[in-house]
Amino acid sequence: MLDQTPNTSETSLSIKGLQLSFGAVQVLKDVNMEIRQGEFIVLLGGSGSGKSTILNCIAGLLDVSDGQIFINGRNVTWDEPKDRGIGMVFQSYALYPQMSVRGNLAFGLKNARLPRNEIAKRIDRAAGILQIEDYLDRKPAALSGGQRQRVAIGRALVRDVDLFLFDEPLSNLDAKLRAELRVEIKRLHETLDNTMVYVTHDQIEAMTLADRIALLREGVIQQFASPDEIYRKPVNLYVAGFIGSPSMNFISGEISGGQFRFNGRATSLDGYDGTPRDGAAILGVRPEHTDFRIDGPESGIAATVELQEHMGAESVIYLRLDGQRFALRTPDDTHYPDGTSLNLSFDIARASLFDPQSELRL
Amino acid sequence: MADIAFDGPRGSKPRHRLSGRNIMIYGTLIVVALYYLIPLYVMVMTSLKGLPEIRVGNIFSPPVEATFEPWVKAWSQACTGLNCEGLQRGFWNSVRITVPSVFLSILIASINGYALANWRFRGAEFFFAILMIGAFIPYQVMIYPMVILLRELGLYGSLTGLVLVHTVFGMPILTLLFRNYFATLPEELFKAARVDGTGFWGIYFRIMLPLSLPIFVVAVILQVTGIWNDFLFGVVYTKPEYYPMTVQLNNIVNTTTGVREYNVNMAATILTGLVPLLIYFVSGRLFVRGIAAGAVKG
Ligand SMILES: Nc1ncnc2c1ncn2[C@@H]1O[C@H](COP(=O)(O)OP(=O)(O)OP(=O)(O)O)[C@@H](O)[C@H]1O
Ligand SMILES: [Mg+2]
Repeated sequence: MLDQTPNTSETSLSIKGLQLSFGAVQVLKDVNMEIRQGEFIVLLGGSGSGKSTILNCIAGLLDVSDGQIFINGRNVTWDEPKDRGIGMVFQSYALYPQMSVRGNLAFGLKNARLPRNEIAKRIDRAAGILQIEDYLDRKPAALSGGQRQRVAIGRALVRDVDLFLFDEPLSNLDAKLRAELRVEIKRLHETLDNTMVYVTHDQIEAMTLADRIALLREGVIQQFASPDEIYRKPVNLYVAGFIGSPSMNFISGEISGGQFRFNGRATSLDGYDGTPRDGAAILGVRPEHTDFRIDGPESGIAATVELQEHMGAESVIYLRLDGQRFALRTPDDTHYPDGTSLNLSFDIARASLFDPQSELRL
Repeated sequence: MADIAFDGPRGSKPRHRLSGRNIMIYGTLIVVALYYLIPLYVMVMTSLKGLPEIRVGNIFSPPVEATFEPWVKAWSQACTGLNCEGLQRGFWNSVRITVPSVFLSILIASINGYALANWRFRGAEFFFAILMIGAFIPYQVMIYPMVILLRELGLYGSLTGLVLVHTVFGMPILTLLFRNYFATLPEELFKAARVDGTGFWGIYFRIMLPLSLPIFVVAVILQVTGIWNDFLFGVVYTKPEYYPMTVQLNNIVNTTTGVREYNVNMAATILTGLVPLLIYFVSGRLFVRGIAAGAVKG
């Protein structure tokens, strides 16, 4: 686990016991986070899980019901958005349509009554970093989606703040542009070294950008850890099923004598990263952590091919195993006709076992 | 490929000018247009004739000798029971009533609508409910209480009092109009402006107003026509020297002394209707341009 104790000199953002209700509906239930200076944090979760709500609370755009928010060690719980030292980028860009790009960038700075040469300097710098110099005098309506989003990022950039908040900034863009801007945001973070809190429901964005991911479900943080750890050691069934595509396969069975047994079959748990205990359990295996052979021992785990999807570099084979669907991913591009019987073997070192009652990882 | 000629339909679909559907549509439109235009035609023609010519009778025939005498008379000499100043006094009264009423009611209603749509303050729902109830209470119920109110304020019979009445009565519907419009503007724009350090008034004047030209034009049309055409409040809340143009017109047309000067009456009526008409022509254009230039989306 990563260090969770607050360290004011290094902590950029700290959220303590944050709660938020809209009327009778409690949207955030006791959210706690400690984010270090320079970290890239991704808030990940399904629709309606409260990601935007957390971000709006950090920005001061929503009044919290309970809890505290500290930015750079200062309690900003009751501060106006402009006084929190944040820059924010929105999903719909939210550029002021009646102002030119330059006007958009300058707006906040003029409000803060910065001297004119300082404003010009900051705009030049941001425009240089984001490569938007060529259309500083255009109106937002005359820009493409990617250019608009760059301007929106620029508006946060010129504020010269330590904390950037992004609310699904790339979700209005097409796949190719999204991938490009994703890389740019990553590079931007490396250049600027400020703290970023980034909301998305796109796993790939989360996995590639984040230093740590906070995975949310119904206003509760399920797991707050590095992408690698979330991928390898999901704390519960929900996290395990959420991350990965196709998602993790789950098999119900029980553990005894160092083996996982299900439907009269067994697989050894040697090398499992955890402390399995005897009793009922659910085995979770990712499609990419499953190996197979066409011919194998009679005692092996046999499954029949139902459907195969070729995706160029790899293919996903959907199998039927004891009446349940089982996906596996392989670089092998051979076509296996439907009904072919494959003999599976699981990479137990990278599998997860869960308690069926508490749904927690063993 | 290019030289292979394909048979069958190709390119834009031909339209039949004289289809049954078109005859139906244009026929109906022409009938309706005539229905509205014939009275106007009769009015204009009559107003350009002298009285002897009118007595001959044929109301559809154009004037043999066109004269603008009736128009001049309607504007500056026509008599009511009280004076013989024509419509001009009523016109200027109406201007003095309409301009501040329109300005005030739209200013206040737009701020109301903005506050209700964008700032979820405590009691917002309650305020809105009260305003909406106001929209459904018939005017007649409120006339007398309003008289008392104005009297207590010392404004009864004054132009200020009438302006106040128009402003208040325009409030529910205008507030609803603005609230609904502001609610359609992207919420993130509002949030971005807050992060950029703009407050309540800053967002209203610098973000919302520039994006809201179309709805302001709609409100101006509504209010100018409504207030200019008002008769009831004008009679009830002012005294003769402040009567708006509509009341003045009524008094001219209904004077029982002397001969009925149909030509003057027609001219006076057209003059009275000219202002709302002008507003439609001018702002209708602006309105379309406002929508096109807005480019709010995107
Ligand atoms: N103004 C509001 N009034 C009542 N409920 C609200 C309000 N705003 C949000 N909610 C509820 O709060 C929950 C969290 O909303 P939020 O916008 O934070 O979700 P999200 O994780 O950002 O989802 P998405 O990925 O769809 O943007 C949702 O269930 C939503 O219905
Ligand atoms: Mg959201």
